[in-house]
Amino acid sequence: MTAESLSRIQFALTASFHFIFPPISMGLGLVLIVFGVQSVRTKDPKWRRLAVFWVKVYGIVFSMGVATGIVQEFEFGTNWSEYSRFVGNVFGSLLAAEGVFAFMLEGGFLGLMLFGGSRLGPKMWLFATSMVVGGAHFSALWIIMANSWMQTPAGYEVRQGTFGQQAFMTSFADVVFTPSFLPRILHVWVASWMVGATFVMSVAAFYLLKGRHVEISKTMIRVALPLFVVLSVLQVVAFGASQATEVASNQPEKLAAMEGVFQTQQCAPMYLAGWVNESDQTTTGVSIPCLLSLLVAQNPDATVTGLNAFPQSDWAPLNLVFQVYHLMINLGMLFIAIGVVAAVLFFWKRKLWSARWMLWILAVSIVLTELATQSGWWTAEFGRQPWVVWQVMRTAQAESPTVSAGQVWFSIGMFVVLYAGLFGVFLFLLNKVIRTGPAPLDEEDAEEARSLPDSFGEIFRRRSRVSSVTG
Amino acid sequence: MWLNDVWFVLYVVIIGGYVILDGFDLGTGILHPFIARDDRERRVLLNAIGPVWDGNEVWLVLGGGALFAAFPLVYASLFSGFYLAMMLVLLVLILRTVAIEFRSKRTSTRWRATWDWVFFGSSLGITVLLGVALANVIRGVAVDAQGNITVSLIDLLSPYALAVGGAAVAMLALHGAIFLTLKTTDDLLERLHHLVPKLMVVFFVIMTAVVAWTLALDNEFAENFRSRPWTVVFPVGALASVLTSWVLLRRSRYLPAFLASGTMIAFLLGSVAAGLYPVLVPSSIDSAYDLTVQNSASAPETLTVMFVMALIGMPFVLLYTAGVYYFFRGRVVLDDESY
Repeated sequence: MTAESLSRIQFALTASFHFIFPPISMGLGLVLIVFGVQSVRTKDPKWRRLAVFWVKVYGIVFSMGVATGIVQEFEFGTNWSEYSRFVGNVFGSLLAAEGVFAFMLEGGFLGLMLFGGSRLGPKMWLFATSMVVGGAHFSALWIIMANSWMQTPAGYEVRQGTFGQQAFMTSFADVVFTPSFLPRILHVWVASWMVGATFVMSVAAFYLLKGRHVEISKTMIRVALPLFVVLSVLQVVAFGASQATEVASNQPEKLAAMEGVFQTQQCAPMYLAGWVNESDQTTTGVSIPCLLSLLVAQNPDATVTGLNAFPQSDWAPLNLVFQVYHLMINLGMLFIAIGVVAAVLFFWKRKLWSARWMLWILAVSIVLTELATQSGWWTAEFGRQPWVVWQVMRTAQAESPTVSAGQVWFSIGMFVVLYAGLFGVFLFLLNKVIRTGPAPLDEEDAEEARSLPDSFGEIFRRRSRVSSVTG
Repeated sequence: MWLNDVWFVLYVVIIGGYVILDGFDLGTGILHPFIARDDRERRVLLNAIGPVWDGNEVWLVLGGGALFAAFPLVYASLFSGFYLAMMLVLLVLILRTVAIEFRSKRTSTRWRATWDWVFFGSSLGITVLLGVALANVIRGVAVDAQGNITVSLIDLLSPYALAVGGAAVAMLALHGAIFLTLKTTDDLLERLHHLVPKLMVVFFVIMTAVVAWTLALDNEFAENFRSRPWTVVFPVGALASVLTSWVLLRRSRYLPAFLASGTMIAFLLGSVAAGLYPVLVPSSIDSAYDLTVQNSASAPETLTVMFVMALIGMPFVLLYTAGVYYFFRGRVVLDDESY
């Protein structure tokens, strides 16, 4: 294999592994904020108990996200140096902005969030948590901005630089708000919140199945289920649909690849499942007539441009894009079904608590939402091929000329071993925290919590920690 | 173009922020097998850096992003040219994060001993590798006419580079030890009191040798100081800071001594910057191929946008960094949430 193919594999591997964690940082973070707000509002100790438990999980997930995130930042330079030279002026500034505005916020307040539980009152803990979770959302914002520039580049011009052609910024506002940015970031945020909600539901359903921590688990589902139901519907009818419209107008050949449309046609069908035969250029499967036209143009008679309108050298890997896209779509539909059925069981005399089959579905729901976010990301990235910057630079032109296949074999081997070990340890620790469960809080703990500093003034008037603890 | 110079200075500041802040927690990692005698003491050391190490490491991420944005041609050439070395940096960075987070999640002695060694090895590895990278940038690497660097891992590990790596280890071990005198109590503190002066002597000897070696290198480094005499303030400032730190340590004034140690690191990096400017990566093939502040930087539009972002963002960063350090000041007390 060539160094280029290996670098593609390595990037896909490391990016996919990294992308397991950020959606949890955002989604679980949102649920933690809900717990924090409830704790401040109601003073009921159960909310603090939930926060203390989930923040342990959050810490494990967060450290995995940080550790694997640094790899992504370095890999542009190591494996794709021609790309880095070409786009540094534009793309680099978005990554740097992520560092200043997002990572610093997260890194600064993470210590307070993870270690502050026994040193901060509920309001100050909520403040620190909001900063970390806000930082995580900010981080996604800059990354999706950077990636959207690769999908729909704007606000730049190509000129001769020191070592060849380079993209130079002409308008920062246009770089930031490329046509695909807004629909994409909303889609990613909502997907992440769904991941967070299902994570909480999964653990709660597991406890209910085992008959452990029953009351607190019901509280978790009461928070997470409504969130999940609303978001899963919105994701399909609003945020997902707006994505389809956006892709159809900005990257028509990508949309054609996603649905396997070869011939330009009116009233284009949308497949529920199917197979794209790339050699004889046909797509077979179960489809709903005119739905694709309706989806992309809100008009069943609208024309959808087919792949044949574009040179074959500009086609993405068609069947791969088709399959990962349909995996995401079908999971999205499944989430609505899961959410609605669980909600019905809940309102129907609380039958949800004893419906073991439904609890089992909820218990595995985190795997499904993770799979959906991954397949969404794959659709975006496989669908962009063969371009690294849409219609400006091909991925084949982007690789580092000095890196040999042998070197990339070494690093792929290193990442495979390292990430497999890392994932094993991650699951082991997660399992341990979940099996231990939320520790019961007694009156003494609640009393102690009330005496903690709970405003900036109290924190800064307080003497050094040693003197306050040891007298 | 003045913006290029501004970004050169800002870049040195970011690297300085990283080395000073993450430096003491790397130093803690390097020292801990030698100064902690039991599990409780090791936990004290880990918790001394517990709430801040992650924020410190962010300066490195910021360094990567700022290099990509301000000097993309340096980012592209260095990272791809040093491919295997960069992969090793990533390996040790990941291992270190995991070691710190996962060590205390189980009580088994073997589990903890394993992660302790990973923590030590990765802290040492990062320090040596970053020292080696800096040494190669000072000495110059094979940058060709297209800006590409071809160098094997073995070539990177030259005797000079290993010497700089060694000096980096001594420097951060010292910096970490002084930091820990602010965070520990009892026996552990007593041991650190005895260790710090010895570390300082070792560091001073190694660093003096490395400085002499650097000035003797066959490149522009020493020449740049001769042609810009005022830049001698950086090495002189470093020397003055290390002596100040020594005097303060003798008088058991540890917080000012720690600040003096940080100032020394800043002056040392300033010295490197002064010796290199306006070159960022000297070419060992032909000085016409040097990557400089002018030929490898982003265009003024990007540098301006980035400068505005830095002006908006950095005050906040400094404010909450200071706030977090203030909140977690004082000596370590272990509790349920500790590592």
